Amino acid sequence: MARATGLADRALDLVMALVEAPINAIERLIGRGRMPYVFLAPNLVLFGIFTFLPIAIAVGYAFTGGTELLISDRPFVGLDNFRKLLTCESYLVPGSCEESLFWTAIWNTLWFVGFNVAGTLLVALVTALILNRAIAARGFFRAMFLYPVLLSPVVIGLIWKWFLDRNGLLNVFLQMLGVPPEIFLLDVGWSRFFVVVVSVWFHMGFYTLILLAGLQAIPKDLYEAAAIDAATPSRTLFRITLPLLAPNLLVVLILLMIKSVQIFDEAWVLTNGGGPGTANTFLVQYIYQMAFAGDLRLFGLASAASVLMGLVLLVLTLVQLRLGKKVES
Amino acid sequence: MSANVSAIGFFTRTRRAGRIDVTDILSWLWLIGGTLAVLVPVLWAGMSSLKPEAEITRFPPTLLPRTAVQVDVQGFDKPFSLWNVTVEGESREMAMVRRIGLKAQMVDPDNPGKPVSVDTRSISPVQRLTVATENYTDPLTRFSFLTFLQNSVFVTFVATILTLIVNALAAFALSKYRFRGDKTIFVLIISTLMIPLTVVMVPAYLVIVGVGLVDNLWGVIIPTVASPTGVFLLRQYMLTIPDELIEAARVDAASEFRIFWRIVLPLTAPALAVLAIFSVLWRWNDFLWPLIVLSSRENFTLQVGLNAFQGEFSVQWHYILAMTFLSLVPVTLVFLFLQRYITTGIAGTGMK
Amino acid sequence: MGDLKLKNLNKSFGAVHVLHDVNLRIDNGEFVVFVGPSGCGKSTLLRIIAGLEDVTSGSIAIGGRDVGALSPAERKIAMVFQSYALYPHMSVRKNLAFGLENLKFKRAEIDARITEAARMLAIEPYLDRRPKQLSGGQRQRVAIGRAIVRDPDIFLFDEPLSNLDAALRVQTRAEITKLHREMQTTMIYVTHDQVEAMTMADKIVVLRAGRIEQVGTPLELFDHPRNLFVAGFLGSPRMNILKGRITIGDDRSVLVDVGYSTLLRTDVDSTTVAAGQEVLAGVRPAHFALADAEGLPFEVQYHESLGTETYVYGKLQGQSEQVIVHQPGHFAPAPGAILKIMPLDGRLHVFDPASELALARGRA
Repeated sequence: MARATGLADRALDLVMALVEAPINAIERLIGRGRMPYVFLAPNLVLFGIFTFLPIAIAVGYAFTGGTELLISDRPFVGLDNFRKLLTCESYLVPGSCEESLFWTAIWNTLWFVGFNVAGTLLVALVTALILNRAIAARGFFRAMFLYPVLLSPVVIGLIWKWFLDRNGLLNVFLQMLGVPPEIFLLDVGWSRFFVVVVSVWFHMGFYTLILLAGLQAIPKDLYEAAAIDAATPSRTLFRITLPLLAPNLLVVLILLMIKSVQIFDEAWVLTNGGGPGTANTFLVQYIYQMAFAGDLRLFGLASAASVLMGLVLLVLTLVQLRLGKKVES
Repeated sequence: MSANVSAIGFFTRTRRAGRIDVTDILSWLWLIGGTLAVLVPVLWAGMSSLKPEAEITRFPPTLLPRTAVQVDVQGFDKPFSLWNVTVEGESREMAMVRRIGLKAQMVDPDNPGKPVSVDTRSISPVQRLTVATENYTDPLTRFSFLTFLQNSVFVTFVATILTLIVNALAAFALSKYRFRGDKTIFVLIISTLMIPLTVVMVPAYLVIVGVGLVDNLWGVIIPTVASPTGVFLLRQYMLTIPDELIEAARVDAASEFRIFWRIVLPLTAPALAVLAIFSVLWRWNDFLWPLIVLSSRENFTLQVGLNAFQGEFSVQWHYILAMTFLSLVPVTLVFLFLQRYITTGIAGTGMK
Repeated sequence: MGDLKLKNLNKSFGAVHVLHDVNLRIDNGEFVVFVGPSGCGKSTLLRIIAGLEDVTSGSIAIGGRDVGALSPAERKIAMVFQSYALYPHMSVRKNLAFGLENLKFKRAEIDARITEAARMLAIEPYLDRRPKQLSGGQRQRVAIGRAIVRDPDIFLFDEPLSNLDAALRVQTRAEITKLHREMQTTMIYVTHDQVEAMTMADKIVVLRAGRIEQVGTPLELFDHPRNLFVAGFLGSPRMNILKGRITIGDDRSVLVDVGYSTLLRTDVDSTTVAAGQEVLAGVRPAHFALADAEGLPFEVQYHESLGTETYVYGKLQGQSEQVIVHQPGHFAPAPGAILKIMPLDGRLHVFDPASELALARGRA
């Protein structure tokens, strides 16, 4: 055993000696003071190529048309893509829009964001408040709620698809209660409902954990003081717990919105690509379909839609940062 | 206190008085209900993945995976199904030779003599607990799931190693040096947290086309190796390493890279572990980006493969669920053994 | 060779000027202590010598070689840090070996040096332990051992005893002094503790606000502080300072009038002062003697008895500044009692209140 680890150590030392030699040569060449730039280089190169360059390209592509890939082959169309996306007789009626699928996706996304944010926040808050009590097996429950957070969206989509199947367990329960079976995912209303349910199920553990961390940061002596002041439980909740949790609630709220706007993976798998019809087609799916899934690869339109979504997310993020700072001070 | 019970009461009390009241019961109901809500769909899918094809769509379903038992009977070519039969007030297991209307011809499989005729209404099939391992073996051998699995393992492993190295180097530079532009670079890196992949997926794909990594596993790996979450997490940890250690190493004639490799990296192990766990989970579960980049089947990762498979074989739930479960196993193991790291990682950074 | 020459050294952190024109010569084999209040720049000066900080201007030479552009490792120095800075993930042995490995020493040579250092410092039993498993004193030894194995031209110590308890501090102080005697290598030692400075140093460098105030042997500094700051900084309890005026005696002797009929004798050079000039007169508590008739009236407030000695706290009659008087053995004056005190001959320090410099002494 000792010999084996010794050997592994020596092998690693040998590899590192090979790696070290050129880096040390650079150090001798440019001096110690400039080494941080060398250490940052791989990171910055990757960020540059795969994050900053794409941002620049996205904006460029949004102003070009056609289906060619290379920007040099693409005709400049000015604001045409944006005009196409934003031309509507009534924004409330997607059918009246030139690009009706875009507006269907927007409205689907808005409804989803509303229900998902409300549902997740409520469930996570209640769970966090309960877990913050001195309750037995707290670690176990916390872990239980965290488990789905770590699963793959595809897996979650499939597990729930099976659960909601015509022959799935939910229909078994309903049958026990004498309710006729239902094919939930082929019904517009039910499918939308379950997309939200699955999303809450998937992510609530994450937000519970953040809120719980916030709750545990509230000094215990405040509760003792409140008890001495004969505060009722409801006054304690509304006057002490929730106000002191406000920063965390705000962060969670905005984070939830940012994540909800980007709903795609689990909904896509669960609803067989946004079905029934376009009842569960969301914004990211629209972009994906325009750019990658259709017969025509409408990179310009997809980029224009990305830019619009990016602006919304940017505003949300800036609001989050501003709120975060205000609450801190 | 018990006179004061209200729905709100149990949210506020952080210490229990020693006796159980309504608020405790409500808490427990919520937590146990929640636990069931988490477990039931997962376990149900897990149970189903062990059922043979014929059983999986039976309605109402059985809880445990069972199949009808077949037996070979001496003197007959074909195997027969085994049934519970009550003959002369005695319950026995017999093989059904043939069935005519409401009558069935049964023989004792151990002692095949003359078949006896029994009423089919008084018999029930013998079912045994069986595990349909073919649900797991078939996709791995006949379909491409072994390839998907290999691709996922490769992507997860290589990407995690690269993520650790690249971000640890950057975090080292940003935590242990003062240099021109250090704050700007840090803010620049952290600001990329604001730009999710969903916003730049179209141009990011174009970049992948440009560097010739379309339909290539490296095209899945490289774009997200530089991780703002990773830099942030590691930097915060490295800031807690005393600068005097670095200076002592400098006096000890260590080169800057040697300081990183021999001093800083070993001392950052706990944070590296958290990042490694996160990276493994991200990469293993990653879907949209590989879906965009990979186009040929032999390059699919497990998640993309699963998605494709369920599109193509939408009725073959026994295979789909088995592969779903296969993909669940590593994540569950990571979770079971490293739960503490994950919890502190999320609570510490507010990220996942 | 371990001699050091600093010339016109300046150091700024941004707009903050932390070292002003530092000039210093340290000879090979000397034990030099940098002492001063916190923020005086003594640690920065040490770190500049070590090569951990760059100079803004000026030069550093070790053994006659300009080392300004060299890395710490190339300067042939070794350093013991305040926090010891032992690598927590390495055993003591590996801690000691790390620097030698970096310098590509042969394995046998590394082992020999570690064995030798471990023997000198009596840390052999701990060689395979991690720093966390050691006591504070043991860690301190390992930190010194790490410096010894490097066989440097100059040892640098940055407040190495400040993390030890009082008893251990006294013991380790003696051990470092003994080490210096055995090795005869240049050592530069930074501390804010004047007792360490007085007991260990061949040469003390007193710093204040980035400037060297005085350089000299401990007793030179104690007996002849160049200015009010050095006078106040060295010696405990602090030197008593009395306001007074110069009076020239009939025999051209210079006397100080502090407001009482008794005038205080000084050895100030009479050609440099004028009668009536305002001065500050300094007397260490131990340099007051009780007088019978002639003396300054000292009103006792309270006293602290330490058994072997007694400190009496009070003030000169009619004045408000506190004055401390040291007496050997047991001594218990009643509060309110008036004692007559006189400075011992040659123990009166006279300073110019404007420049704070000591007035020049006359040749007796």
